[in-house]
Amino acid sequence: MSLLDDPRASEALAHLPDYLGSHIRVSAAALTLGLALSLPLAILSRHRPLLRGALLGAAGIVQTIPGLALLALFYPLLLVLAALSLRAFGVGFSAFGFLPAMLALALYSMLPVLRNTITGLDGVDPALVEAAQGVGMTPRQVLTMVELPLALPVIMAGVRTSAVWVIGTATLSTPIGQTSLGNYIFAGLQTQNWVLVVFGCVAAAVLAVAVDQLLALIEAGLRLRSRPRIALGALGLAALLIATLAPGLMVARATYVIGAKTFSEQYVLAALLEQRVEAAGLTATTRSGLGSSVIYDALKTGDIDAYVDYSGTLWANQFHHEGVAPRAQVLADLKRDLGRDGIALLGELGFANAYALVMPRAKAEALNIRSIADLAARAPQMTIAGDYEFFSRPEWDNLRRAYGIAFKTERQMQPDLMYAALNAGEVDVIAGYTSDGQIAKDDLIVLDDPKQAIPPYDAVLLLAPKRSGDRKLREALTPLLGRIDIVAMREANLRAATSDGTPDSVARWLWGQTKP
Amino acid sequence: MDRDAPPMIAYDRVAKSFGATTAVDNVTLTVAHGELLAIVGGSGSGKTTLLRLANRLIELDAGSVRIAGDDIRTADPIALRRRIGTVFQAAALFPHMSVAANIGITPKLLGWSKADISARVDELLDLVRLDPAQHRRRFPHELSGGQRQRVGVARALAAKPEIVLMDEPFGALDPLTRDALGEDFRALHQRLGLTTILITHDITEALLLADRIAVMRAGKLLEQGTPAGLSASREPYVAELMQTPRRQAQRLAALLDGGA
Repeated sequence: MSLLDDPRASEALAHLPDYLGSHIRVSAAALTLGLALSLPLAILSRHRPLLRGALLGAAGIVQTIPGLALLALFYPLLLVLAALSLRAFGVGFSAFGFLPAMLALALYSMLPVLRNTITGLDGVDPALVEAAQGVGMTPRQVLTMVELPLALPVIMAGVRTSAVWVIGTATLSTPIGQTSLGNYIFAGLQTQNWVLVVFGCVAAAVLAVAVDQLLALIEAGLRLRSRPRIALGALGLAALLIATLAPGLMVARATYVIGAKTFSEQYVLAALLEQRVEAAGLTATTRSGLGSSVIYDALKTGDIDAYVDYSGTLWANQFHHEGVAPRAQVLADLKRDLGRDGIALLGELGFANAYALVMPRAKAEALNIRSIADLAARAPQMTIAGDYEFFSRPEWDNLRRAYGIAFKTERQMQPDLMYAALNAGEVDVIAGYTSDGQIAKDDLIVLDDPKQAIPPYDAVLLLAPKRSGDRKLREALTPLLGRIDIVAMREANLRAATSDGTPDSVARWLWGQTKP
Repeated sequence: MDRDAPPMIAYDRVAKSFGATTAVDNVTLTVAHGELLAIVGGSGSGKTTLLRLANRLIELDAGSVRIAGDDIRTADPIALRRRIGTVFQAAALFPHMSVAANIGITPKLLGWSKADISARVDELLDLVRLDPAQHRRRFPHELSGGQRQRVGVARALAAKPEIVLMDEPFGALDPLTRDALGEDFRALHQRLGLTTILITHDITEALLLADRIAVMRAGKLLEQGTPAGLSASREPYVAELMQTPRRQAQRLAALLDGGA
């Protein structure tokens, strides 16, 4: 079977205009803003050593912040600013997606341009600056007619470095809601769809190389005063921009936006929601790969219209309830808390995706471990693996408090890799999820939680405040409530994690299972 | 020459220090209209600083400089520099501009029309004996050292200045080129009625080209006068300096005769 016949490849290609276009738009905007800031700042700070030191220092610090963290930090920052602006001027703006991504990337792009502009201008032969003054140029003319043209190759080298950085880092803007080529990478990592991961990486690399070469052409044109080169390079860049704007303008904007977090169950559920909305004759699109903290705020502000969350997650993380409560109480608390934010809890889907301590059946039986209480005695010699958030979540605190459990080593890893590590014997126990497909497939057991330290995690369907009274949307989604059981969801998750399932096809299968 | 007219350039008790270093120390010096004055001195003698004070590339600390009777501090420094032609060490042509653009730069800054600039560029290339058709589109890196400095001279003359300042213009050239260029410039100076200050560390060059020579050492003006006047100087450094070309000429004559 050739690669192009692979349904995953054709699905990837179908998303390309949207992902590539969004990627280019956010990169181009960030680079433009970065250049507009760093060029004048570099020129301004040239003869001001203090300002120059401060600028280069600040830009250097920004550069050491990992791209993912920088992008993630801009989201709450803008959220606060948007709230302040709404209060002060009555005008709010969306802190989701484009704006935080663009600002963070712009900041990220500044160091190479700043440094190269300063270095380039410093490198101009002082004898030529003096000659420029001697023939009667004003300071501004010296700068524009002599210094900048002579420093141009060095400055352009900085611009090219910036462009490549920004295009590469823009793949990380997916979790804060900006569609980018990173959507391929995040989705692929979650669903173990390596075709998607490679596709996203290659697309970003090709784009970066293409832009770099077009900038190189413009640079050569400026240096050699060759109009055709400049025109060709500029034309190439313009074509890239227009080509990515065109499909965005032609596609009708979808009415409803479905959100999905960064794991495969969420991709499947978002696809299911989208299919149901479209089956009701409405238009919908999915924003997937959103961070756990981003997605709730995005719903609250109306940037997305609906998504599936889990009762325990919201109860403990979003609304900061402590301890453990029975299932009914958690749901009642949630309804009240969500209501305060104007969010409608449409209902439960029927399954729970709770954290659970999971280990191979054979090993558990050999050690005579059935519950977490049994495990606690053995834990000091064992290694546990959890996802990136587990060890900083209240559930983990609860577990430790309730059972006095402590492991020799705690390791954080990508959820899908945890099972491989468990099967390979690299770790003894994992903090998995009750709806994981691998539990049945790999012959694992979920350890009992007699003290109920882990709160209930019913999957609940949430609607944005502006959609809470939307009858059409409610009617489209209500048939899903109470119809998805844990067995079906595990099977769906297993299918999504194997090579032949795309979220769309698995969602269709799952819908088939819900028929009474 | 009109004896009542003020000198073209007049330095009056001029001083300039850079930090603790006195570069120019109480120098009084005049250059008459149409004169070619050479300022001779070793490195650190203050001769280059003295030159740059005249077009305000460096601002003086004390004293005054007058050009055609007007104190240069009352003039706009940018306008002043556009009125004075300057020839720089090793030409200092703008490497990203063609020969024509280099030569036409001051007229362009003054707002001349394109046609006027173009005509002037051709005229100047002829004047400095470079074929316009062959050279105007070239870039500095495509020229020899001598050709570059010819362009440098053309650039200085482009806006028809009355005064030309030359900062060791022929220093980096081979002896033959240097000799030819010096001669050519002397002829141009005469033909265009320029007033020129030529900075050099080479007393022979100064003697061959200048009407009058000023000798500087450690920021002070030691002596000034015509070649004949200076050779009678009792100032030890000046006397030593004036002896040098003569001694060299004798040694050369002896060597060449001996070899014959």
